[in-house]
Amino acid sequence: MTRLVDAIVVGGGIHGCSTALHLSLAGMKPVLIEKDYAGRHASGVNAGGVRQLARHVAEIPLSIRSMGIWEGIGELVDDSCGFESHGQVLVAENDAEFDACRARVAELNALGFTHEELIDGPELRRLVPAVAETCPGGVVSRRDGAAEPARTTTAFRRKAAAQGATVCEGVAASNIRREDGLWRVDVGADSYAAPVLVNAAGAWAGRIAAALGEPVPVETVAPMLMITSRVPHFIDPVVILRGRKLSFKQFANGTVLIGGGHLAAADQDRNETVLDWRSLAVSAGTVFDLFPVMRSASIVRAWAGIEARTLDDLPVLGPSARHAGLYHQFGFSLHGFQLGPGAGAVMAELIVNGGTQTRIGELGIDRFCSFNPANEDETL
Amino acid sequence: MRATPKRDNYDIVVIGAGPAGLAATVFAAEAGLSALLLDENPGPGGQVWRAISSTPVAEREQLGADYWAGADLVQAVRSSGAEIIHRATVWSLDRNLEVGVSVGGASAFINARRVVLATGALERPFPIPGWTLPGVMTAGAAQTMLKSSGLVPDGRTVIAGQGPLLWLLAAQILRLGGRIDRILDTTERRNHIAALPHAFAFMTSPYFAKGLAMMREVRAKVRVVTGVNELSAEGDGQLATVTYAAGDRRETIPAGLLLLHQGVVPNVNLAMAAGVEHRWDDRQLCWSPVVDDKGNTSVEGIAIAGDGAGIAGMEAAVFRGRIAARAAVQALAPEEAAKLAPMAMLRTNLARAERGRAFLDTLFRPARQFRIPKGDTIVCRCEEVTANDILDAVAIGATGPNQLKAYRRTGMGPCQGRLCGLTVTELMAEARGKSPQEIGYYRLRAPVKPITLSELAAVAKTEADVNAVVRG
Amino acid sequence: MFKRSDQDTRRPLQIFVDGTAVEAREGDTVSAALLASGRDARRATAVSGAPRLPYCMMGVCFDCLVTIDGVGNRQGCLVPVAEGMQIEIQKGKREIGR
Repeated sequence: MTRLVDAIVVGGGIHGCSTALHLSLAGMKPVLIEKDYAGRHASGVNAGGVRQLARHVAEIPLSIRSMGIWEGIGELVDDSCGFESHGQVLVAENDAEFDACRARVAELNALGFTHEELIDGPELRRLVPAVAETCPGGVVSRRDGAAEPARTTTAFRRKAAAQGATVCEGVAASNIRREDGLWRVDVGADSYAAPVLVNAAGAWAGRIAAALGEPVPVETVAPMLMITSRVPHFIDPVVILRGRKLSFKQFANGTVLIGGGHLAAADQDRNETVLDWRSLAVSAGTVFDLFPVMRSASIVRAWAGIEARTLDDLPVLGPSARHAGLYHQFGFSLHGFQLGPGAGAVMAELIVNGGTQTRIGELGIDRFCSFNPANEDETL
Repeated sequence: MRATPKRDNYDIVVIGAGPAGLAATVFAAEAGLSALLLDENPGPGGQVWRAISSTPVAEREQLGADYWAGADLVQAVRSSGAEIIHRATVWSLDRNLEVGVSVGGASAFINARRVVLATGALERPFPIPGWTLPGVMTAGAAQTMLKSSGLVPDGRTVIAGQGPLLWLLAAQILRLGGRIDRILDTTERRNHIAALPHAFAFMTSPYFAKGLAMMREVRAKVRVVTGVNELSAEGDGQLATVTYAAGDRRETIPAGLLLLHQGVVPNVNLAMAAGVEHRWDDRQLCWSPVVDDKGNTSVEGIAIAGDGAGIAGMEAAVFRGRIAARAAVQALAPEEAAKLAPMAMLRTNLARAERGRAFLDTLFRPARQFRIPKGDTIVCRCEEVTANDILDAVAIGATGPNQLKAYRRTGMGPCQGRLCGLTVTELMAEARGKSPQEIGYYRLRAPVKPITLSELAAVAKTEADVNAVVRG
Repeated sequence: MFKRSDQDTRRPLQIFVDGTAVEAREGDTVSAALLASGRDARRATAVSGAPRLPYCMMGVCFDCLVTIDGVGNRQGCLVPVAEGMQIEIQKGKREIGR
């Protein structure tokens, strides 16, 4: 049976769920299709960083937009999502890195962005008392923080469903096509038809885009994380490093999450990742150097979530360059969690209003394909 | 400092030095393969032959013939040429057959051409009210202390549950002069009828006569209450009383020690973390790996032998270990396989050892109320999550064990679901009207045992870490 | 809760539990020695502070976690005692970095 809906959202990560929720709030009836369950991959198992800090300038407006939503997340999705705002701190390990921090903050200030603030050694140690004495300073973004990713993604899915979105979990969207001016997608024995299709399929989105004639240079990656057993509270902000791959955060329950972007081997067809323990050992070594207090902590678990990374490390967000009614929202390249709430809001505006006040011009898919609209292929 | 592995690669790595692991190692080494046996305990024997080379229990008949049956295999493995490392904790195994092992506070990675997992069984969770109180332990825990340290229960002691191990333990405690005040048998009466069709096979199995004799020995000295269908432990920070119901009768008795047991289940953590496919076993009410008749799993190169491949007992474990090792030899050095006992003979032996298992599984199928707790009873001991907490999470959208983690952190403590996983699966299955297979299990991940950050840091790559953009 | 068998002729050795000398036997695990000592060896959980003693004694339950010679969160049921070993009963979340 074919059901007619207002929009089909493919992918139940934080992005798909957020878009489904915001479309529902705008009065549309979307269907959200997720082949596993909402938050099964990167959206549910990432580090939970809610970070404006150290972002590429092209996505700062989106990040700021999203931050505003995070600050009212409880009212939006009826769940705190475990969001806590204790700031995020970027640590410079030496003077050269500190100089780079200074230049970065000056560059942002010149562009009118003020969320990043240069901090000296004493302020760094006030914010992050456990950090090694040798670090000369860093940058803080004080409104940043962290949330619980699986809880957040689930909360968005739940609220979207409560607002009238249809949520299909456990069956993949297949045979995506455009017929008679409508997007059509098969979901098991059912199919859905809608004037709008949102491709928010994470690691699987590149295949969808390519099949619809808009190939994007995107690879499947699985950044690894590990977590310690509970230790007494010793740090509030999330810490990242300027020079080495590390993100570091203590949850309220005492566990410490260690991430930073070392990759597992991802097998997306098997829904599986194989951890690279030698790289995790490098992360452990970095923590060993920077936080001597952590040396005797126990690592209790490590994992990795599958997602997509683009060639330029920036997401693809916006309308298709080729097809009416098609929108892309993928390729968030290891830093999409914080952007999820804002990207869903922006996507809903693009779909409902045909435009958005949030500056996302540099994130369009057209940066990868110089496509001539005259070649529009309606037979897809 | 204890011995670390001498090489960084082996033809075969066997994990676990119980009956299956010992048997597999002997076969592999005798066929000339380079073999490494890794075991977490201080000495060989696994659980059933625990401390066989060091037990202070000198009077051999007190531990029984089945215990001392392991001596020959221990002798054989020591003269086999295999490298054996005890107190070695394997904390990682992946589909590339890379083994992460911690010995003496230092970790190493070893590559294997074949891996035989012989990680055995653990006692099924017994989530009754009060089971986290100090003074409540598993029967297996008491047996471990009895075998390895000659320790026996001293104060008021109650043993509750069912299954062959419970009677064996009771007999051993009594023989060593320990105290048992009461045995509360939770075997459901209807199981006796359900098990009847399997009774003939059981009566011709070696378990039959031994089991009967042991029960007679215990019943002569201890009061046994049968048909127990309610059980709880009470106390303020320490076990003080045990309350039970059996038919119309309900009683609260003082106790300083409560030993619980309702069978054993495969120890799946390492196999699952390696990506081995498991299925729900409806007869044994647990997850068992999908294995072929040689013990091979869904992951190329990884075989599982012994109770880890489905509960079948010690004698079957020995033959499963030999079968898995023989298959590995056949794959790696076919010309050497002829040295070993023929596969057909091993299979015949295995079939004989497995006789009577269906009877035991059916007779000792644990009752629903002792598998699926209610109310404030703790399910996840590590994170202190109750049955009600889990049902509440189901009500607001948790659909399976992995989603539940996000709501309640079940299974995310150090035991990694070993003592709550089965309960969570069955509890959620019942609450959602699904089968345990549909509900599934925790996705398990290395390290399957915690390691310290400094230990991990010490195995870091030597080449300089690449400078890369920080991401969060 | 437990008593030693008369047959046990293993060599006694001395360990220290929170600074107090305790007799153990060679071949005991830390958890077995603690249970045999008759001392109050209850740890307090990191989650709620609830008291616990070892449950499984085979490396599965992690209720035997102790600090051994300064290294925390060790599974006491898997570690054999050694002469002079320093054991600390863990109360709540374990301090790190000492």
